[in-house]
Amino acid sequence: MGAYILRRLLIAVPSLLGISLILFVVLALAPGDPFGELAANPNVPPEVRAALRLKFGLDDPIMTRYLRWLLAMLHGDWGFSFASRVNVDTLILQRLPTTLFVVGSSQILALLIAVPVGLYAALRPYSLGDQIANTLAFIGFSLPTFFTGLLFILLFSIELGWLPFVYQADLPGTGLAWAWANVRQAIMPVAVLGFHQAASYTRYVRASALDVARLDYVTTARAKGLTEGTVTRRHVARNALIPVVTLVALQIPVVFGGAIVTEQIFRIPGIGSLLIDAMLANDTPVVMAVTFVFAALVILFNLVADLLYGWLDPRIALR
Amino acid sequence: MDERDLHDLIGRVRSGGLSRRAFVQRMVAVGLSAPMAGLMLAGNGVAMASDIRGSYTPTKAGGGGALRLLWWQAPTLINPHFAIGTKDQEACRIFYEPLAAWDADGNLAPVLAARIPSKENGGLAADGRSVVWTIKPGVTWHDGKPLTADDLVFTWEYARDPATAAVTIGSYKDCKVEKVDDLTVRILFDKPTPYWSDAFVGNVGMVLPKHLFAPFTGAKSREAPQNLAPVGTGPYRFVEFRPGDIVRGERNPSYHLPNRPYFDTVEMKGGGDAVSAARAVLQTGEYDYAWNLLVEDEVLKRLETGGKGRVDVVYGGKLEFLLLNATDPNVEVDGERSSLKTTHPAFSDPKVCQAINLLIDRKSIQDYIYGRTGRATANSVNGPERFVSKNTSFAFDPGKANALLDEAGWKKGSDGIRAKDGKRMKFVFQTSINAPRQKTQAIIKQAAAKAGIEIELKSITGSVFFSSDPANPDTFPHFYADLEMYAFSMSQADPATWLLQYVSWEAATKENKWQGRNISRWRNAEYDAAYNAAQAELDPVKRAALLIKANDLVVAGNNLPLIHRAEVSGAATKLVAPRSGWDNDLAFLPEWRRET
Repeated sequence: MGAYILRRLLIAVPSLLGISLILFVVLALAPGDPFGELAANPNVPPEVRAALRLKFGLDDPIMTRYLRWLLAMLHGDWGFSFASRVNVDTLILQRLPTTLFVVGSSQILALLIAVPVGLYAALRPYSLGDQIANTLAFIGFSLPTFFTGLLFILLFSIELGWLPFVYQADLPGTGLAWAWANVRQAIMPVAVLGFHQAASYTRYVRASALDVARLDYVTTARAKGLTEGTVTRRHVARNALIPVVTLVALQIPVVFGGAIVTEQIFRIPGIGSLLIDAMLANDTPVVMAVTFVFAALVILFNLVADLLYGWLDPRIALR
Repeated sequence: MDERDLHDLIGRVRSGGLSRRAFVQRMVAVGLSAPMAGLMLAGNGVAMASDIRGSYTPTKAGGGGALRLLWWQAPTLINPHFAIGTKDQEACRIFYEPLAAWDADGNLAPVLAARIPSKENGGLAADGRSVVWTIKPGVTWHDGKPLTADDLVFTWEYARDPATAAVTIGSYKDCKVEKVDDLTVRILFDKPTPYWSDAFVGNVGMVLPKHLFAPFTGAKSREAPQNLAPVGTGPYRFVEFRPGDIVRGERNPSYHLPNRPYFDTVEMKGGGDAVSAARAVLQTGEYDYAWNLLVEDEVLKRLETGGKGRVDVVYGGKLEFLLLNATDPNVEVDGERSSLKTTHPAFSDPKVCQAINLLIDRKSIQDYIYGRTGRATANSVNGPERFVSKNTSFAFDPGKANALLDEAGWKKGSDGIRAKDGKRMKFVFQTSINAPRQKTQAIIKQAAAKAGIEIELKSITGSVFFSSDPANPDTFPHFYADLEMYAFSMSQADPATWLLQYVSWEAATKENKWQGRNISRWRNAEYDAAYNAAQAELDPVKRAALLIKANDLVVAGNNLPLIHRAEVSGAATKLVAPRSGWDNDLAFLPEWRRET
């Protein structure tokens, strides 16, 4: 087991290096200039822009810049944002709690919907309930979040006026009213993301439970005279959820990475909106740090998912 | 009435022999606008009170609750001398203040200054080489320390140091600031400077506290904790800042203007897009004010029917214009197209340029595309009023355009396209991707087709078109096309910097890595002479005349103005938010209040 983990971690190193190199080169070759806006301002002499480029080392060859970035990253220095003139890690840490709260809640909501609905659908396949669940699931993951997001805003904010559509990370105030205000503003984004995710989870839970429900030991359990509830909970669900657990583990990086489109629509100051703003401003160090951390998380959680799988299902050996 | 009569009249106003009002009435009678007449007096030492603060009614500070501002581009930093875009300047404006701000008519209104320098109060030197500014006594920083002349001297040192890499360096590098006494500084210029009100004024003029920034100048400037937690003199004190998200402030109880500010807290939320920002103010009323609504007027009108807010329009110096390439984009000379060594086969002939000008239906572009957010114009300089030419006009006249082209020797061929010396009139017309621009392109293309000119439209992503990458041929400064269209802002209430973009020595070329400002590469000796003369002319009336002449020469050449675009914002119905197109939206934030 220890050797397996070590091997996987060692394999991760070249992958991360490769990813970072590709990211860096693509960003360096992409058109755009972090100080382009200054070029359009006649009051800023070109020398200022040249001085800024020099100061941030933008005129060096790509490989020099890459190596400099890599060394700094190894020292735990994530870089310095051109646009905000602060350290990138400060920016990311400032936004992480919001993203964890919103995207994390949406994942929980998705599981709360998907597990019961998926199990129900699997245990009564092709019943009316299953048909409805299937149809809704298809609609759910066919509709993109930018569409459902706008639809929700139109309905709940504009027509009904129930919910605000501008999210505030740190509302001033305390007590119940404050907690309620926080929940109120999170309802729409969490629902939009949650429903979308729930749709695909439901399909997985249903498929996996269908497989398990047909197995002999389930029939045995029923033959023993166990109640339907016990069979579902203790025998079907526990085994059917193994693939779902790994799926959830693979989704964890997304919880950290934020939801670009939804965050933009609801003005949620999370990692996703940080990334898109940084891209629009050509703020390469921020884009680099966010995407690289995301890549590292994906690799890490792939490993976690594999380990979890092995631990939950001893029939699978890790070699 | 000639210039001598004018000076005589101004002298009488100064000595009290003629009232201000009588002077203005006489000027209006001879066809000058009232603001222009007022400015003549101001420029000649007859002080003019800016009345932007006069209509303020609340009798005590505070009590106005929260002011909620929505900026669809979020501020990313909060040091005014690092502000990359106006979004950052606006956030700084909540906390920091300059000596004076530009009002809607392009006049100076004192903020931290006790008064606006003029010849009469001894502030302006007769030789145009120095200005004396006096600070209002009793102004304190948010931490209680007094504001003194040392802070001004420090701000100048800070901004002009190339190692600081301040974006305001252009306003400070060519002058010298010296302390006269605790409340007075003198700005010295190398040469007579008619446009003296740049340093310490408006969006580049915000003053920094010496006692906090002194340890962080030059290369260390980026380490200053105040870059993220400003301490200024402004109407609101700093509470919180999250880059790219939100800025919060609370009322400054020791603010230097009486009974101000009205609101208890201010919050600037950033992010999202312009349409939903408009919606949050105009339709749902979640926010009080939304900045820079780059939204088509049709959409704004629909949102306005919600009744929660109104669209507010002010005019500054933003101009949408069409450039006709004076050089040939299809010939490569020394690895460079549109080289100064070439001339354009068609646009080197003024008659062709004139014909193109007559083929632009500006009225339709205004009516059907820009609506309330722009007005058709024939001028490059569209404000302040004292600099606007009355000699120009525009017309849509395809018949006359056809006649001009015939006259110039461009004859229609069998396919209906004009040609001369074997060259056909087939032009590439480029602009950035932006719905109103594509519609404008279509209007121009259609009219040109009727005159036998074939136009190929090209639209380029904004991030490429507006970048300054010397290696990318699709940027606007390369101008590897026959025509191009975009907008630019004259960001100061004085056209001198703006008009620099038409002088011949500013032509964008490979040699200067396309950093020159003259993009059309139109070169005209008469224009250069008028521009240079204006730079040294200290008499405001003569100077305005020279700048107007410069404008008239420009628009008769290869630079065709289309639309004078407004600064559009959304405001809650009851919000009183005086602002100016010549300064930041929040330049007069202390005057903002809610009607009861």
